[in-house]
Amino acid sequence: MTRVFISRDSTVLSLGANQVASALQQACESGGLNVEIVRNGSRGLFWLEPLVEVETTAGRVAYGPVQSQDIPALLEAGMLEGKEHPLYLGNIEELPYFKDQNRLTFARVGITDPVSLDDYLAHEGYRGLRNALDMSPQDIVQQVTDSGLRGRGGAAFPTGIKWNTVLNAPAEQKYIVCNADEGDSGTFSDRMVMEGDPFVLIEGMTIAGLAVGATQGYIYLRVEYPHAGAALNEAIEKAYANGYLGDDILGSGKSFHLEVRLGAGAYICGEETSLLESLEGKRGLVRFKPPLPAIVGLFGKPTIVNNVISLASVPIILDKGGEYYRDYGMGRSRGTLPLQLAGNIKYPGLFEAAFGLTLREILYDYGGGSASGRPIRAVQVGGPLGAYVPESQFDTPLDYEAFSAISAVVGHGGIVVHDDTVDMAEMARYAMEFCVEESCGKCTPCRIGSTRGVEVIDRIVEGRQKDMNTQLLRDLCDTMINGSLCAMGGMTPFPVLSALNHFPEDFGLDKASDAA
Amino acid sequence: MQDYHLQKNVVAKILAEHESMPGNLLPVLHGIQDALGYIPTEAVADIADALNQSIAEIHGVISFYHYFRQTPPGKNTIRVCRAESCQAMNGKTLEEHAKKQLNVDWHGTSADGEFSLEPVFCLGNCACSPSMTVNNEVYGRVTPERFDEIIANYRGAVE
Repeated sequence: MTRVFISRDSTVLSLGANQVASALQQACESGGLNVEIVRNGSRGLFWLEPLVEVETTAGRVAYGPVQSQDIPALLEAGMLEGKEHPLYLGNIEELPYFKDQNRLTFARVGITDPVSLDDYLAHEGYRGLRNALDMSPQDIVQQVTDSGLRGRGGAAFPTGIKWNTVLNAPAEQKYIVCNADEGDSGTFSDRMVMEGDPFVLIEGMTIAGLAVGATQGYIYLRVEYPHAGAALNEAIEKAYANGYLGDDILGSGKSFHLEVRLGAGAYICGEETSLLESLEGKRGLVRFKPPLPAIVGLFGKPTIVNNVISLASVPIILDKGGEYYRDYGMGRSRGTLPLQLAGNIKYPGLFEAAFGLTLREILYDYGGGSASGRPIRAVQVGGPLGAYVPESQFDTPLDYEAFSAISAVVGHGGIVVHDDTVDMAEMARYAMEFCVEESCGKCTPCRIGSTRGVEVIDRIVEGRQKDMNTQLLRDLCDTMINGSLCAMGGMTPFPVLSALNHFPEDFGLDKASDAA
Repeated sequence: MQDYHLQKNVVAKILAEHESMPGNLLPVLHGIQDALGYIPTEAVADIADALNQSIAEIHGVISFYHYFRQTPPGKNTIRVCRAESCQAMNGKTLEEHAKKQLNVDWHGTSADGEFSLEPVFCLGNCACSPSMTVNNEVYGRVTPERFDEIIANYRGAVE
C-alpha cells in the first residue's frame, strides 16, 4: 500500500485537485496498483499546487503542479516509487520557501489527514489539552500570558489579559466564541487551518473553556467557507465520539460543548460585538464598549472572543510552554504569524514565520516579486482597512509597533500586492465604497462619512477645487478615525490616507504636496 | 414564483427543528434558503410568529445580510469576487465579462433562468486571484476564456 497525498484545501480544489485525485484513483484501479489517496491540507505553496506527494521509503516525494492529464505519464515514470519526472520536486520540506519557516500553528497543515483524529494524535495533537486538564485555570491563563500571544484578528490585544478578565468575571455561564469571519482580502490563514487541521482549533477552544470556566463554544464561520464548515463539523463529531468534547472530557469531569454557526455575508460581523449580535440572531450592529464582551458578551454573559489563529496557537503553547512560544519574534510581537501573500505576486501562498521579517524580504525572497513581472508599487497589509505601503517603506519589519509607527497595520497578516499599473485613487475610492456597502449603519461617521468620501474623491480626481476637496477629505478621514464606534469607520481612512499621502499623483495632485 | 402554500410546511419544519436553539434566527434563515433557494416574503410572518418577534425585526435581519435573498435564484449561482486581491489580478475585467456574457447586472438572473450573478467580497482564494464560485465550487485564476468554459460546462450539465 502506497500512501499518496492530494490536498482538499479550497484553493487547491479551485485548481483542479479533485480531478487529479479521481484520475489517479481510476488509473490505480485499472492498473491494479495498491494506493491509498489521503486528502490532506495544503502546505501553502500555491504555485506548485495541485501537489501530489508520495510516501516512499526515502520519505515524502512531491510532484507539482499536477493536472489530471499528467497522471498517466507520472505513473509511467515511476511516481509511486518517487522517481524522476519533469514535475518532480523532491521533498517539499527541503524547498527554501518551506524550510525557512517556523511552523508552530501550522505544524500539521499539509501533512496530516485533517479529519483523522488518529493522525492528529500521532502528530502531537491534544498534548496541550492533556496538560491543561492537570492545571488550574489560573495556570493555564498564565501560560498564555507568558507566551506573549496577541490577538491575531486585528487589534492585537494581549490574549492572556482578555482571558484573565473572563476568568475573574463571576457568572454561571461563560462562552468561548471563535471569530472565524475572516473577510479580509488577501487573508486565508483561518480557512487553511480550519480545512487543514480543524482539531487544532477545537483543542484550542477546549483549552480556553477550561481556562475560564466556559462550557459552551461557538465557531462563527463565514458562509463563504463551505469546505471549512464541512471539515470542522466532521472533526467536532469525532471529538465528541472520542471524549475530547462533551460532558466529561477524557474522564476529567469537565465539560465543553462546541457548535459551528454560519454568518451570512456581512463583513462587519468580523467585528467582535457585531459578531455577538449576529450569533444572537440579530442584525450585526456594533455595540458600544464598555461593557467589554469579556464582562458582558454573548447572551449577556462573560465571553472570550478570539480569532481562529489566536485560538489555534494555544495548543502548542500549552504543549511546549509559554516561554517556548515567546522566544520567537521581536519586541512586543511574540511568536509567529502565518503570512499570506496574495494579489499580483509570483509565488503566492502562506508561510508561517516569527515576527521581524521585512516586507522586502517577504515580497522578494518568498514572493519572488510581482506575477506580472512589473515593479511592485503598492502593498496593502492587513486587509481592506489596512494602509497601502509604498516601496520606500518596504524595509519596515513586520512587527505591530513598527507598522503602527508608519501608520499601517499588520492585522491578520494578509499581504496584497499591486504592480505599477494600479490606480491608487481608484483603490482609495474603492475603500470608501466598501465602507458604504459594509457599514452596519449604527454611527454617523462611518455610515455617512463613507458615502461623502466617495463623492469627495470623485471631485478631486475630476480636478474640481482640488485643494479644498483634498483638505475636506483629510478632515472627513479625521472625523471617521476619531468619531467611529468601531474599526470599520475608524480604519477605512487608513487605505484612503495612505494612498493620498504616498501616491498623490494618482489623484491629479502635485507630488510635492505629499504630506507624508 | 412558487405557491407559498407548498413551502409553508418546509418553513414550519425548519422552525420546529430550531425551536430550542439559542439565537436561532440565522440558522432558521439558512435552513429555509438551503431548502427553498430563497426566503419567501410570506415566510417572514411565520418566522416572526414562531420567534415571537415583529415582522420588521425579521425583515431587518434578512435585508442586513448580503447572503440572504427574497427572490428565487437561477439554477446556478455565480459569485464573482470583487476584493482587492482579485482586483490586482484583473478581476474587474472578469466582472465586466461575466455581466456581459450573462447579460445581467449584479443580483440579476440570466433570461434563461440558468445563472444568477452575485458580487462577493473575498472567497479566501486570494492566492489564485481572480476567483469565483459556481454554487459551492471554487475556481481560481479565472480569465474571461476560463469563465466561458466553466459556464458552458454548467449549461451542459443542467440540460
